[in-house]
Amino acid sequence: MKTDFNLEPKPISVPPPAPAQTLADLPPGSQGIVVSVDQAGSISRRLQDLGLLPNTPVKVLRRAPLGDPVVYELRGYRLCLRRGDAARVRVRPDEGDSTNSEQ
Amino acid sequence: MSEAVTHSSAVPLRLGLIGSPNAGKTTIFNALTGLRARVGNFPGVTVEKREGSVHLDGRSMVAIDLPGTYSLDPISPDEAVVTQVLQGEMADVPAPDALVVVADACSLERSLLLIGQVLRRSEPTCLVLTMVDELKARGGRIDLARLADALGIPVVGVVGHRGLGLDRLRALLGRPEGWERPPVQPPVEAVERAAWAESIVEHVIHERPEHHRISEQIDRVVLHPVLGMLLFATVMITFFQLIFAWATPAMDLIDEGIAWAAAYTRGVLPVGLLADFVADGLIAGVGAVLIFLPQIVLLFSLLYLLEDVGYMARAAFVVDRAMGRVGLEGRSFVALLSSYACAVPGIMATRTIPSPRDRLVTILVAPLMTCSARLPVYALLIGAFVPATKVLGPIGLQGLVLLALYLLAPLIAMLVAGVLKRSILQSDGLPFTLELPSYRLPTLQLWLSQVWKSASAFLRRAGTIILVASIVLWALLTFPRATPPPDMSPTQAASYALEHSVAGQAGKAIEPLIAPLGFDWKIGVGLVASLAAREIIVSTLAQMYASADEDTSLRSAIRADTDPETGRRVFTPATVAALLIFYVFALQCTSTLAAMARETNSWRWPIFAFSYMLILAYGMGFLTYRFVSALGGGA
Repeated sequence: MKTDFNLEPKPISVPPPAPAQTLADLPPGSQGIVVSVDQAGSISRRLQDLGLLPNTPVKVLRRAPLGDPVVYELRGYRLCLRRGDAARVRVRPDEGDSTNSEQ
Repeated sequence: MSEAVTHSSAVPLRLGLIGSPNAGKTTIFNALTGLRARVGNFPGVTVEKREGSVHLDGRSMVAIDLPGTYSLDPISPDEAVVTQVLQGEMADVPAPDALVVVADACSLERSLLLIGQVLRRSEPTCLVLTMVDELKARGGRIDLARLADALGIPVVGVVGHRGLGLDRLRALLGRPEGWERPPVQPPVEAVERAAWAESIVEHVIHERPEHHRISEQIDRVVLHPVLGMLLFATVMITFFQLIFAWATPAMDLIDEGIAWAAAYTRGVLPVGLLADFVADGLIAGVGAVLIFLPQIVLLFSLLYLLEDVGYMARAAFVVDRAMGRVGLEGRSFVALLSSYACAVPGIMATRTIPSPRDRLVTILVAPLMTCSARLPVYALLIGAFVPATKVLGPIGLQGLVLLALYLLAPLIAMLVAGVLKRSILQSDGLPFTLELPSYRLPTLQLWLSQVWKSASAFLRRAGTIILVASIVLWALLTFPRATPPPDMSPTQAASYALEHSVAGQAGKAIEPLIAPLGFDWKIGVGLVASLAAREIIVSTLAQMYASADEDTSLRSAIRADTDPETGRRVFTPATVAALLIFYVFALQCTSTLAAMARETNSWRWPIFAFSYMLILAYGMGFLTYRFVSALGGGA
């Protein structure tokens, strides 16, 4: 039974100092926490199957020598994504201790 | 009850191995089945199917290695195969009776998302955690007993490539009837399932695995902007050298062996059709298959070594951006580079590409790369018609022409790949994803068994097609058997027989078609004969011109040849240029077509590749002929 006919993704309220960011915006060495994955479709589905689900901490490890793709660490493994795909993953910055990944 | 008994005694129980790509599923499958696995394709799709019998606890079972999947809710063809097999919807592939989930111990957190989906199914299920040694090395600790409790299914930890824990696994797999069943089903919705996974992780993981410290340090060099590129170039040049040059001694040896066997047969058998068939048809056909073995064995030796160590993923990561420009990805690079030596191993190397469309595009453009079989053709034509003048110091004109032909190939291949990716093979809408495994010491046994499997698969699947095609071509070049006039020398008689064979007639028949490119019927016979392999045009021309050897005398013979009616030269500069360009593009290689048919599981794609390359060859050959003629090279 569906009551919500609004198919637009709900706007995410973010505190003013930290603008809405995607995984592609994070520099190597930083860490973010997944907020959502944009748009329906197989790309987003696959990203979710790979573990990019809300509240998942993701660490940016390093860029490829040619600048793209980038290696991320999440859920105990290392995953490379291209910029265009990483830009679908909305994150909020995680300034906390990287070892404290429990939510 | 009686039904269950009948089932276990008559039809062997089927174990389905499920896991994400890189979970170590295939290693477990190989360890269980040894070398008894049958490799084929799932019906109707190009996804590889591996099945093998296993003897566990005195019982005979069948293990089936399902394609790697991240989810049971399919979005890719590979994943759809898994779901179809599980539902018993795939023709000729009965559904598994019990499921074995294989997961990497270090990324259990991620794998639980898939495990949660499998646990919702009704089949008895168990979990195999691989790479528990790496987990330990990275300081991680998982309580397997608690994990088994939390999931409600049996759990075994193993080190697949070293064979540790396999005895316990075998004992467990022997009795799926006794496996515990999960008391409650995990949630169906992804975010809820992630929360479920997290609760299990907190319950069973005592220490999360840290970064693999050695891998981190190696990556600092291997993925370094400058050092990483240098290493990549070094590895790829070595790779190329290995297939191009280091395979040559073994290939020469096979050539000599085949020549010896043919000569020996001729010595033993009476002169006549049988001796011709055995020596030139059968033995030459076997040689046409065996000649690829050194390159294939070397290619896969290095490929699997780099894969097992963990470098292949890094190489794909380093080069991905460059390949992304034409819509391909990092893993296509190795296959295309291998095709520079020979398209057959190159096409086989595309198996590492997970996206079916990217893989198909790579297979379709691989034969455009300048393979080593084009070299004899280039060498003959350039040697005969391009003056050996020095252009720049030691650099000669002949070398420059050869270099230009070599550089033309990847350019065209990239263009065609770009066109295919924008037209009939647009992206399948999946993101580029690549996991970087930790570096690992490979084991000799696993390495050798992988190489052996690839080589034997080539011999069985592509080899048979190549052998049959070689024999058919021999027949075309031999029949009908014309009796040469008695005063002819043996070389003239051979030329006469070739002219009157089916292939010779075909060469004459296509003369009007190839005349716009400046080719006469003798070149036509060469084109027909070299459908088997490009370099055969050299030996065919030698036979046509009744030349004593394939080198000096053939060069002077084709230089001197004139049209008997017009008295003009046959090989004008325009004709030679058009012929060179024709061989840059045309897919004159039965073995490549056989490898394509084997890898794509259909004749549709080899026919497509042959057609588009023929159209390119003809069109570009025609333009070249016109262009050079306009410059005054038509006579």
